[in-house]
Amino acid sequence: MMILKIAWRNIWRNRTRSLVLILSIVLGMWAGAFIMAFYWGMSKQQVDDTIQQNLSHIQFHHPDFRENFEAKYTIADGDQVVADLQQDKEVKAYSERVVCMAMAASASKSTGVTLYGIVPEQEDALTGLKEKLIAGDYFTGKKNEVVVGNKLAEKLHLDVRKKIVCTFQDEQGEIVSVALRVSGIFKTRNSRLEEGMIYMQQTDLSALLGTGNGIHEIAVLLADDQQVDAVTDQWKQDFPADDVESWKELSPELRLIVESFNQYMFIIIGIILLALLFGIINTMLMAILERTKELGVLMSVGLNKTKVFIMILLETVFIALVGGPLGLLLAWCTVQLTHSSGIDLSMYSKGLEEFGYASIVYPELGMSSYFSILIMVVAAALIASVFPAMRALKLKPVEAIRKI
Amino acid sequence: MARTVIDAHELSKTYTEGPVPVEAVKDVHLHIEAGEFIALVGPSGSGKTTLLNMIGGLDEPTKGKVVIDGTDITGMKENKLIDFRLRNIGFVFQAYNLIPVLTAEENIEFIMLLQGTDKDERKQRVQQLLEEVGLQGKGSSRPSELSGGQQQRVAVARALASKPKFVLADEPTANLDSTTAANLLDIMEKLNKEEGMTFVFSTHDPRVIQRARRVVTLVDGEIEKDEMVNEPMVD
Repeated sequence: MMILKIAWRNIWRNRTRSLVLILSIVLGMWAGAFIMAFYWGMSKQQVDDTIQQNLSHIQFHHPDFRENFEAKYTIADGDQVVADLQQDKEVKAYSERVVCMAMAASASKSTGVTLYGIVPEQEDALTGLKEKLIAGDYFTGKKNEVVVGNKLAEKLHLDVRKKIVCTFQDEQGEIVSVALRVSGIFKTRNSRLEEGMIYMQQTDLSALLGTGNGIHEIAVLLADDQQVDAVTDQWKQDFPADDVESWKELSPELRLIVESFNQYMFIIIGIILLALLFGIINTMLMAILERTKELGVLMSVGLNKTKVFIMILLETVFIALVGGPLGLLLAWCTVQLTHSSGIDLSMYSKGLEEFGYASIVYPELGMSSYFSILIMVVAAALIASVFPAMRALKLKPVEAIRKI
Repeated sequence: MARTVIDAHELSKTYTEGPVPVEAVKDVHLHIEAGEFIALVGPSGSGKTTLLNMIGGLDEPTKGKVVIDGTDITGMKENKLIDFRLRNIGFVFQAYNLIPVLTAEENIEFIMLLQGTDKDERKQRVQQLLEEVGLQGKGSSRPSELSGGQQQRVAVARALASKPKFVLADEPTANLDSTTAANLLDIMEKLNKEEGMTFVFSTHDPRVIQRARRVVTLVDGEIEKDEMVNEPMVD
């Protein structure tokens, strides 16, 4: 207990030096935690947007469909799947889709797109597509209407009620060309989605493909996103004839973003701590040097080497325990503040949207991450204290006492 | 017959740090009995502090051995020696050397804490020691708030806190004025007379030498004279 007291009071003997060190830890932790929160906020938004706007949590396909994208590969037990989904309490929304790859051409340009034949109400419930319209209407009921992304509209010089010609292969492998009229234009934060997707009514596309009631894709949004893995596993067992895949399997790059977050965090915080480590070692070595005589006296009067070691270790840990939580508290406040207001990066929005990032970033960081960072700070302090403590242990009382 | 607390046999210390080895202490035989009030005197460089350090287990002799109350401390492992010092020897240094971040009370209590003394006993003994050294009411002062004499009195109390077999005092009055030095020596003399505490001084301060009952004079690392000035204290 007395060693704790001595260690704590020793920190404040040279107040300025300790405060500078604590401040550097505070700033380091604040910067590190905030960078992580910014990165996580940006990535999470990208993941959430992709899930909400296109992928959903889980998708059903024919086992061969995603390899070839041929119209004939419809889900064999689609009706049964839909009937089960309607009864499942885990399911928040689902959308049955007919999907085909197509070449879209306007009077001036052409480009490759994915045509989605949807049930408008289902798709709206799943992705909120109707709310994303910036021009025109969300399917008026007329035949061969399409809703296109803003980016695609710009690329093909399209506007509401303009025509677009889509060419694709039907179920028999025959080339089909059809003129479609733009009913509405939607805008999302992901320009890649905007540029590559065209929605039309499922009945129209099914008729053109000749797939009858067959569907290629059932996208499902769950009420609780924590249940994705468990539900996917369950459905894989329940529907062995279909490919049941979670968004992590459908989009490995998004999975990588989420799963590599901790590694990124350890690397970034590790680099910051490495820089701080040398600051701590330097400060503690100075403190030991200044107190050589005192340490000699302590050892003379009966403080054994283990306790000397613990005392120096505690001093370093105390500095880290003052600076670390303060820095993290500051980071938490900054994250809370910016999470509610968002950080506006609209001046870079064009570039960000190219990569599927939103122009307003809402930083966020889970409590477990703050805790991990704190553990890292304390661990770094412990490591930093070893060298000065070892130096102190090498002191011989009789020589140390003679030091001025 | 008084008990022998310090027994130094053929004690030598040679420093080999420079190009020429320096013999600081040469074949010293010294027996100190319980209750003595003894001064090691001699000019600077005569080897008094080196001898004191070897007796206190702070320095390792090059030759010979030191037996403290029947225990040979020569070659003892470092942590064991630290523990031995904690339980058997009290130190008073020239520059007081109190822990600046602890109060006077805490400086005294610290030693007892290291010994594992229970709280009530610690608190009681701290007050008793503060009273003995005349520092009642100063317990909560930090060393920086005390005068040199007061700090040295705290150092004496700290040295006595562990109930040592003897106290080694290296030039304890060197930094004190006459009155303060006299007060401090009064306290030590009183402790010696009333409680039988053994004091070994390394000094060239006449104020200390005048009060010593035995004076050992060292010249060039050797004992030149060992004389009883007054009747020694009997255990």
